[in-house]
Amino acid sequence: MKYASFLGCTLPSRAHNYEASARLVGNKFGIELVDIFDFNCCGLPLKSAHFETYLAIAADNLAIAEAKGLPLVVFCNGCFGALSEANEHLKHNAKDRKMVNELLKPLGKEFNQGVKIIHFSRVLYEDVGIQRIKEEIVRDLKGIRIAPHYGCHYFRPGEVHENDENPKNPTSLDMLIEVTGATSISYEDMLQCCASPVLGTSEKIAVRIGKKKLDHIKAAGADLMVIHCPLCSIMYDQYQPTIEKQFNVEYKIPVLYYTQLLGLAMDFDPTELGLKKNKVKVNDLLAKIENIS
Amino acid sequence: MTRESQDQSNTYDDEVLNLDPNFKYEITKQTGGEKLLRCLQCGTCAGICPVFEVDERYDPQKIIKMALNGMRKELLSSELIWMCSTCYACNEYCPQDVMVADLMCAIQNIATRYGYPAPALEDKIQILKYHARTLPLDNFDNKKRLKLKLPSIEEKPQDITQIIENTGIERILENALTPVTNEIAGAVSEDRR
Repeated sequence: MKYASFLGCTLPSRAHNYEASARLVGNKFGIELVDIFDFNCCGLPLKSAHFETYLAIAADNLAIAEAKGLPLVVFCNGCFGALSEANEHLKHNAKDRKMVNELLKPLGKEFNQGVKIIHFSRVLYEDVGIQRIKEEIVRDLKGIRIAPHYGCHYFRPGEVHENDENPKNPTSLDMLIEVTGATSISYEDMLQCCASPVLGTSEKIAVRIGKKKLDHIKAAGADLMVIHCPLCSIMYDQYQPTIEKQFNVEYKIPVLYYTQLLGLAMDFDPTELGLKKNKVKVNDLLAKIENIS
Repeated sequence: MTRESQDQSNTYDDEVLNLDPNFKYEITKQTGGEKLLRCLQCGTCAGICPVFEVDERYDPQKIIKMALNGMRKELLSSELIWMCSTCYACNEYCPQDVMVADLMCAIQNIATRYGYPAPALEDKIQILKYHARTLPLDNFDNKKRLKLKLPSIEEKPQDITQIIENTGIERILENALTPVTNEIAGAVSEDRR
């Protein structure tokens, strides 16, 4: 299992805990991540301003992966959506394909057939498989109640993703959670957006949307929340204390990347999984897990 | 007639005159806006929208209505068009497959072209152009990365610099000072015929 690893902008500077835990658990399953430091930003930040520039930047990345002949593994839902959409668009739109290839030609690159793009969680789900993951579970997380947050671009819009995830009822993250022995709970408005993209234009609106989800998760009695996108992490982990202060509420809901949760179940050292980098403290959760096994 | 009521009636006339019946066709020509005319104004998009849920000023159904009615200047200059969280829930549930989130992106692209860019767009472009990412990476980041045994990353912006220079996005911002007028919209719809 060999993939070109697309880290994007947020992972290398703000989500070392995600990257480190993904590399650790991936290594155990024989997932070979080929680091390609020529990759740029995925292009998403300029999509709303100038669609052509977004396409060209995305195509530059896609062309690099295509030339290497490797599927592209992506960790951030934002990058995953932006690259998948550009890939689909360019496969079917000859005019725009010609436009981007004219821009890429002087750089010695070309978008031809496009590439297979896969989210890291889907690598675990599809390519490694639930059965194989089960074999590596050392600590059964029985009794731990987990609220999954899929994050929009992991499964929407359905037509740009080449997988069997139902865009109205995704299930892969629930199954990945349950293989650890933990319970994946459902809660009100489970598929609602984190609203991180709105933070830049209206922080006031964004945190109100973020608060709603934290309220629902608290009401459902979750021990923690599991995500797999560094942008969702900004809202639920980084902003959680801000929301608590602003609305005078208390959540203290730990927010773990799925790879961190899986790493704990595989008995990796919490520090190596970057758990000290999580903003909401995880000590109580770790003690609870320690007591189970 | 008092002076005050005269002013009011003038304002009203101006608003009516500002309606641009060709605006909807301008949008359908922009990538993402192709399916605008399918909208039946059922309101499903607003019903599912997480932003509308917390702030009713951002109403995707109303934005589409403004587009269909030709309220070009009001819409393009409105800060509300930048409130979309791009969650794509509206895309998934629209019974007419209008692709509302893509439609918002089309309207945002047109707004940018006509002098109403998103906040801080110019800074965003400069950072991407010279750092190849939205969050620049330096030695400090790499030191922190090393602590978790992550490989060092070097910024390589040469190719993205060229791409940004050649797509014309910077020229669009420079020339975008042209105010939104019906003449421009007319020229676009002329071109369409």
